[in-house]
Amino acid sequence: MFSLEGITTNVQDWLLMKFNPTMALTIECVIVILLSISLFALLGLVLVLMERKVAAHIQIRLGPNRVGPGGMFQTVADTLKLIMKEGLVPDKADKFLFNLAPFVVMMVGMLLLAPIAFAKNFQIWDINIGVLYISSVSSLSVIGILMAGWASNNKYSLLGAMRSGAQIVSYELSAGFAVLTIVVLTGSLQLSEIVNAQQNGWWIFKGHIPAVIAFVLYIIAVTAETNRAPFDLAEAESELTAGFHTEYSGMRFALFFLAEYINIFIVCAIGATLFFGGWMPLHIGNWEAFNHIMDYIPSSVWFMGKTFFLIFLIMWFRWTFPRLRVDQLLNLEWKYLLPISLFNLLLVAVIAILGWHF
Amino acid sequence: MFLKEYITDVVTGVTSLLKGMRKTGYYFTHPKEIITEQYPDNRATLLLSDRFKGEVVMPHDANNEHTCTGCTACELACPNGTIKVVTKFETSPEGKKKKAIDTLVYRLELCTMCNLCIVACPSDAIKMAPNFEHSVFDRTKLTKVLNQPGSKIREGIE
Repeated sequence: MFSLEGITTNVQDWLLMKFNPTMALTIECVIVILLSISLFALLGLVLVLMERKVAAHIQIRLGPNRVGPGGMFQTVADTLKLIMKEGLVPDKADKFLFNLAPFVVMMVGMLLLAPIAFAKNFQIWDINIGVLYISSVSSLSVIGILMAGWASNNKYSLLGAMRSGAQIVSYELSAGFAVLTIVVLTGSLQLSEIVNAQQNGWWIFKGHIPAVIAFVLYIIAVTAETNRAPFDLAEAESELTAGFHTEYSGMRFALFFLAEYINIFIVCAIGATLFFGGWMPLHIGNWEAFNHIMDYIPSSVWFMGKTFFLIFLIMWFRWTFPRLRVDQLLNLEWKYLLPISLFNLLLVAVIAILGWHF
Repeated sequence: MFLKEYITDVVTGVTSLLKGMRKTGYYFTHPKEIITEQYPDNRATLLLSDRFKGEVVMPHDANNEHTCTGCTACELACPNGTIKVVTKFETSPEGKKKKAIDTLVYRLELCTMCNLCIVACPSDAIKMAPNFEHSVFDRTKLTKVLNQPGSKIREGIE
């Protein structure tokens, strides 16, 4: 049976056989870096195409259908165009920060990749404070966005960046509380342990209604955190031209665009890990035969399937809901999501202490 | 009381959002609803709406007869001088002189498809046609004579 775990062990054994441990570790680092960069590039291409296709089908259109079979190579062509375009820097912009900002945003995405379990025992860094690491690092992306907005020397960029700052800082709270409900149920911050705790059922089933509420809150909060519609005030094409990346062009713009999709992938991957059991196959009670068949599907396929389902859900939101106003956005967070998530956390704590979950 | 209002707010909000998602989800899962016309490929079967305004034409019947009396109402109605009616006098067999059109010149490159000439025409001699592939390399090809050569006015049209 196909498993990524076997490949990694084989590679490590071979490297340790050929080189001394330090050299082997260095080579492994290089391999990991190359793999994560290629994953980024691939995800950018796939997700942009997926977004355009989903958008088109929701709006009763066909979407890209000219480049390659079914428009498959549309995003490749777009990327080639963006690479060849001139990257303009505005005259009065802060050159250093302007050039640095896209890389900060990308770097946050790359850092977040570290604790995610892509398959059984296939994880870059199984850190024991994984959830805390994720929530702390993901809030760094606001620095990149503020940097981009402020350094552009453009009123639209500045407004977009400020809105983005208010949005990310406030929605981080309810996202954090939603994640905490699962931490309370599991009793661990380590992502691999959270996944292992879901061997006999995913938390969204085991945790009753509070887990479902936490999942809904999580999805709403991360949609806001990744600056996507209906919370795309930071970009708001109709009001701010393009928000914080108004002045960006060429490859720098592509990096921002890529970072948006990488962030979606990462938050969906974390959502899948916490609520849908990560790479854990679907097991139902005592149905031995059914469980056995489910075990035959590779764990990486399970993980990717769940993640892409959540990504589809977020895209579905984007192409259905109208954009919120700033006051509505903050009302939603401070008057609805935060009190509900606090109450929900209390409920989950009671359930976990009394052992009412399965 | 406040709590009740709060919960109703949340419930109505969520249900209305779900209603919207149901609609878009229906469209997503039913590709037969797609209305995209893949234009150059489906040229033969392309369907345009009846009210599409592509150019002004003058319908002729099987006897090569039209209903234009040469009253120049269309020329007067046109805001940018697109139509030019050249009239002549025809002598009927009884020796009566009657005004008729020699040529009705229509300059497509000046036309904004505003439909005013069609509205102004008292005898419904001209109408809008759904043709839109008008690009040519030579501008003079856009100046068209709408009445066909040898055509004449239908009997009984005054």
